[in-house]
Amino acid sequence: MRRFLASTVAASALALMLGMASARAEDTIDPNAKQGGAITITYKDDVATLDPAIGYDWQNWSMIKSLFDGLMDYEPGTTNLKPDLAEGYEISPDGKTFTFKLRHGVKFHNGREMTADDVKYSLDRVTNPKTQSPGAGFFGSIKGYDDVAAGKAQSLSGVTAVDPYTIKFELTRPDATFLHVMAINFSHVVPKEEVEKYGADFGKHPVGTGAFKLAEWTLGQRIVFERNPDYWHKGLPHLDKITFEIGQEPIVALLRLQKGEIDVPGDGIPPAKFQEVMADPEQKARVVEGGQLHTGYVTMNTTMAPFDNVKVRQAVNMAINKARIIQIINGRAVPANQPLPPSMPGYDKEYKGYPYDVAKAKALLAEAGHPDGFETQLFAMNTDPNPRIAQAIQQDLAAIGIKASIQSLAQANVIAAGGDKAGAPMIWSGGMAWIADFPDPSNFYGPILGCAGAVPGGWNWSWYCNKDLDAKAAEADSVVDPAKSADRGKMWSAIYDKVMEDAPWAPVFNEQRFTMKSARMGGADNLYVDPVHIPINYDNVYVKDVQ
Amino acid sequence: MIAYLGRRLIQSLLILLGVSLITFALLYLLPADPVRQIAGRSATPETVENIRRQLGLDQPFIVQYWHYLTRLISGDLGRSYIQRSEVTELIVSRLPASLLLMVGAILCELAIGLSMGLIAAVKRGTATDQTLMVASFVGVSAPQFVVGLLLLYVFAVRLGWFPIGGYGSWRHLVLPSLTMGILGAGWYARMMRSSMIDVLRQDYMRTARAKGLARGTILFRHALPNAILPVVAMIGIDIGVFMGGIVVVESVFGWPGIGQLAWQAIQRVDIPIIMGVTLVSAFAIVLGNLLADIIAPFIDPRIKLR
Repeated sequence: MRRFLASTVAASALALMLGMASARAEDTIDPNAKQGGAITITYKDDVATLDPAIGYDWQNWSMIKSLFDGLMDYEPGTTNLKPDLAEGYEISPDGKTFTFKLRHGVKFHNGREMTADDVKYSLDRVTNPKTQSPGAGFFGSIKGYDDVAAGKAQSLSGVTAVDPYTIKFELTRPDATFLHVMAINFSHVVPKEEVEKYGADFGKHPVGTGAFKLAEWTLGQRIVFERNPDYWHKGLPHLDKITFEIGQEPIVALLRLQKGEIDVPGDGIPPAKFQEVMADPEQKARVVEGGQLHTGYVTMNTTMAPFDNVKVRQAVNMAINKARIIQIINGRAVPANQPLPPSMPGYDKEYKGYPYDVAKAKALLAEAGHPDGFETQLFAMNTDPNPRIAQAIQQDLAAIGIKASIQSLAQANVIAAGGDKAGAPMIWSGGMAWIADFPDPSNFYGPILGCAGAVPGGWNWSWYCNKDLDAKAAEADSVVDPAKSADRGKMWSAIYDKVMEDAPWAPVFNEQRFTMKSARMGGADNLYVDPVHIPINYDNVYVKDVQ
Repeated sequence: MIAYLGRRLIQSLLILLGVSLITFALLYLLPADPVRQIAGRSATPETVENIRRQLGLDQPFIVQYWHYLTRLISGDLGRSYIQRSEVTELIVSRLPASLLLMVGAILCELAIGLSMGLIAAVKRGTATDQTLMVASFVGVSAPQFVVGLLLLYVFAVRLGWFPIGGYGSWRHLVLPSLTMGILGAGWYARMMRSSMIDVLRQDYMRTARAKGLARGTILFRHALPNAILPVVAMIGIDIGVFMGGIVVVESVFGWPGIGQLAWQAIQRVDIPIIMGVTLVSAFAIVLGNLLADIIAPFIDPRIKLR
């Protein structure tokens, strides 16, 4: 990817990298991969829907990615963008017009060729309020979005199919995240005739351009994907068939994996069995550990006394013993010192964060005028392990004199309290924590730390609103030129460093992912902890035992 | 008879109406906002309100309930908030599995319960009797998820006689049926025992013994048919117990019935599905009771319909 971006600089931001983009596409194929075979993956819950405009949970997210494609995608196992249905793109110097050249000969599963009209139709559909897409808001920077969202227009005026293989997007502001937006599921391309045929049931009869097509869906029992023989990306997918067995408890799934009946337990290793699995070398060898675009944190309501005093917030940051909290969850996380998780571009490796220092925390509290501490409330979700984590935080706070009573509530109540300005002094975010929608540093700011999120019903539970940082964030997001992405990353690092100085959060940990697989599964480890495909990258993995 | 049936039917309808009102009210009062859930984290307040209007959730409670009822009459249970499919379709696709499990469970509980009760009655007062009654007590009181996991561990994981959860063949059916059946078997064993003891005390039993009939003939030809009647009449009432049990048992065994559907819907606050499954279960329970009452006099002429 870096090579591709470098060339883009050379030819200025206007370059069209047609040949190069498709050449890169072939590069991603593992030369050791074997063709054929079938795997079985288990899940506890029903798959909600396979409609790319609707599906928004970690279970159907990567299933949809295998059935559909977008203009952009990521190199397998990484957070590096690459053109997908697009062969290449050009960005206007002001960063407000994106033009994509589409691949020729890409076919939907129904045999029809995909064209620019389909791309336009798909975006009109996802933004139409009647579709009730949870992802419509991602397209807010496209010209005409407000009219479509308000029901005044049926079509985005900023999206034009120039010719069957060219599509142009006009934006109302420069948007550096736009290429990521073109890679999320909500912008994946659907054929109009199939959507109209099935109506609201399209999610049960998905037809896309992806590596696999849906072969069977028996409600509550199984979903079967079959290799798409006409997939445009030659050599992919490696597997002939994937069977998703539904309704299997994680503990049962683990037993079946141990007996060799299944290949990947989709819900992961059950917490109660985690230590047992990791203590057995044979099983541990089949566990792949990786980062996750997730941060667990404690919010402090900056509009409520005494948390309106930055010294109090800094004291809380120094009081929390993160290592002990990670022990509570069997070591399935790494300590966090900033809002961004380590695998996210823009993560500041140099930043050391607040040390765990009880004496210094006490001193800061005294400076803030609370030498004897104070009483407050800590809200947390009531499902394990969150109450236990909240208790650990409670004990840590007690050590510096803060007496926090725990309000352990259902998820909806905690979210409601956080969205109410006078609702919650402190919230432990576990179970509701932010997991990025796409690997871009801006995704951790706007809704949870920016002024836009500090509104009733919003997700900025610390009600932190720094106008100066909002301006800096807007400035960083107007750096659209991919060649300047490193500069943009630095701008974002600086924003988060400043956030940490103001300490509206106490970041606690970044959850790690642990994917377990059968011995027959092959492919690089990063395909099993792919940042955008959970649990695994279905298109690129393979099995070793095919003849 | 017809007047009785008419009265019972009206009662049943009122019960269903009451269940629907209470469930609807409880779900309405739930602090979770389904619209925010559908709209997602990136939605603007306008989008949220737009969806609320489209779903009719901006209407007052009584209007929403009325709309639900009118659609219900035409058999429309609405669309799931999360899965976006029709609730009727989701329930219908899962009913066969639940019915199969119910048949399996009834067979298990009758086979185990009746034989235990029979043996206990014949061996009344002996150690066998006491052991069986303690066993039946344990069966009644053991939590089903514990029984289920225990059976799964012993017979599927350790011994490998049955598959570890899932659905498809008769071998898949055995362990979940047994788990469900053990609870009912405890009840049936106790009922069968007392019913059998009653019959064995009757004069015609003494006559049979005095005639010198073989022990087996007395028990199986003369006593059993009379003792079993009141017990069998209870099966209809069992349906209520089953409806509670399938949520747990289907989740433990990965059995694709409506209990599992209900459990998932509760976890995801998918209100239309919770509503639908509750109504279908209530309907099944009401129907079961009604059938039990109607059938009872045919099995046991001492009972009269009034």
